[in-house]
Amino acid sequence: MNERAAVGAEDLGTWPGAEGSGPTLLLRGVRKAFADVQAVDGLDLEVARGECFGLLGPNGAGKTTTIEMCEGLTAPDEGTVELLGLNWRSGANRLRQRIGIQLQETQFPDKLTVEETLRMFRSFFKHGISVDESIRTAQLEEKRNSRVGGLSGGQKQRLAMACALVGDPELLFLDEPTTGLDPQARRHLWDLVDELKQAGRTIILTTHYMDEAQRLCDRVAIMDHGKVIALGTPQQLIGTVGGEDIVEFAVSGGQDSAHGVVDAAALTTIPGVHSHRVDAGLHQLSVSELHLAVPRIFAALAGQGLHLSEFRTHSATLEDVFVQLTGRNLRDE
Amino acid sequence: MNNLEYSSLCQLTIVRFRLFLREPEAIFWIFFFPILLAVGLGIAFRNRPADVLQVGATTTQLTQALSADKGLTADTVDEAEGTHELATGRILLLAIQTVTGVTYKYDDTNPDARTARLLADRAIQTAAGRHDAVAAGNELVHETGARYIDFVVPGLLGMNLMGSAMWGLGFAIVEARQKKLLKRLVASPMPKWQYLASFLLSRLAMLIIEVAFFLGFARVAFGVPFRGSLAELALLCLLTSLAFSALGLLVSSRAKTMEAASGLMNLVMLPMWILSGVFFSASRFPAVVQPFVRALPLTAAIEAMRANMLQGIGLSHLLLQVGILAAWFVVPFTVSLRIFRWR
Repeated sequence: MNERAAVGAEDLGTWPGAEGSGPTLLLRGVRKAFADVQAVDGLDLEVARGECFGLLGPNGAGKTTTIEMCEGLTAPDEGTVELLGLNWRSGANRLRQRIGIQLQETQFPDKLTVEETLRMFRSFFKHGISVDESIRTAQLEEKRNSRVGGLSGGQKQRLAMACALVGDPELLFLDEPTTGLDPQARRHLWDLVDELKQAGRTIILTTHYMDEAQRLCDRVAIMDHGKVIALGTPQQLIGTVGGEDIVEFAVSGGQDSAHGVVDAAALTTIPGVHSHRVDAGLHQLSVSELHLAVPRIFAALAGQGLHLSEFRTHSATLEDVFVQLTGRNLRDE
Repeated sequence: MNNLEYSSLCQLTIVRFRLFLREPEAIFWIFFFPILLAVGLGIAFRNRPADVLQVGATTTQLTQALSADKGLTADTVDEAEGTHELATGRILLLAIQTVTGVTYKYDDTNPDARTARLLADRAIQTAAGRHDAVAAGNELVHETGARYIDFVVPGLLGMNLMGSAMWGLGFAIVEARQKKLLKRLVASPMPKWQYLASFLLSRLAMLIIEVAFFLGFARVAFGVPFRGSLAELALLCLLTSLAFSALGLLVSSRAKTMEAASGLMNLVMLPMWILSGVFFSASRFPAVVQPFVRALPLTAAIEAMRANMLQGIGLSHLLLQVGILAAWFVVPFTVSLRIFRWR
């Protein structure tokens, strides 16, 4: 019954990367085009063993294409994809046994029960955890004998996770695991991912939720138009915005136009204000030392004869990183 | 930890069974529909005692002569009234007394009217004093195996095997593709051939139940004969089911939506429902189209099953049909393995 230990021992013997030297996932110069759309345009990535790595970006950024090339479901036009020291051309069967996959929008047969579905997936793997253990991990004990058709969205997603886990994978791919879930179900799933991280599995996940990436990922690659436009820990990336906080405001006043003309140069000379941009009448400043900068911003705007119609601040997030890099909001699509 | 639980082929086959058994509509169409159809047709086409035919005559003398025949009942009517009754179908024939003899007024495209013409003429000639030149007697047979129900049961069996194999495979595969389950399965270490094999295995197990149920009913309720070898009949059913499973696989190998699959299935099956001799002999179609009609898998299947059940012909005399079925298994199966789309 002690299969888990057996897998580990065997892998240490057969796989040179197991000592933790080589990256678990390695992409070099990967490109993929569909018809006339360049979905992935020259991607280089390395993911270390035990890392939780996030691919972040708007819909259509190439996240799913990237993860599907890693999963061996889509062949790249160019470049190399290596996982666990193996590649899909020569090591596909061995790789399939060692990775766990959760795809976007898989619908399991409605008329099978949770346990029957997992029993089927478990039978595909030579080694793995027991069906009972996967049910426990995904916290589906109460739903063990329920049909899949009667599960909630969050429970279905946890079943998909359990199916990805039955083979006791070293490397786990999660494609938009919380898309379409309500906030409570999302947090529930995050806890599950946390547990898997603590168990030492390498996890690659895609998401277009910035808070999710910030909460779960050790490192994040922000993608846009098939390219990585920023790479680092969430803290490093947020640091590139220039300030820890974001100030957003809108003004009224000025007789000639609906929106008053703001002298941006005057604002950016204020100590603590790092940058200014305007989007649909809403001005955004990245700011450090918020408590000192805000009174000065008020004073400067009053000095220009402008009245504030909106004013708010929030801590800088990965969303702001994306906005700063692309000039677009993540969900502008 | 038993081996069955860890055999993926076994698990996949069990899953197919479970999914089938949890689909009540499928059970109706596969098990009960053919029986309802057989019962309906059995009632509609049961062999009735020979009908007594209604005729009319313009004189009482003729009426008496006609009534002497057990196959006829006759009324006396005048010519205008008789013509009207003829037109409305109340009588099949009107015998009109003329100066020189008798004229029969009837529709010669109606088989019953032609029979009435023969009987009426015999009755009138006999009454007038004609004697038979040759003494003739009758020996009546009402044999099983020559009734319509005997003819239609192998047809329904073939049609049912076609439907269950094609729908069973085609719909399940297209549904799994549409729901991205196929993609999830190929992303797992599942050997791809096992997925397709699980369909064939569950189909074969189902086939045993389905065929035994239907033929058992036909035997008990209608006394349909089984003159050929049962083992050979089983082999024919197996081959038929494999051929249609392969066709179902081919139809579903690329279709992305249920609607597309339904359309394709009907395109494949409809011509066979009409042309392959389920309800009437396929030989009724013109000679030009016969080679095409006979090359259809359902025609071959039904011809072979009828020959086995009704005439007791052995497989060695049905090699053409067996060859056609085998070709319809091998070619679509090979093609669909090549073009099958997993996502």
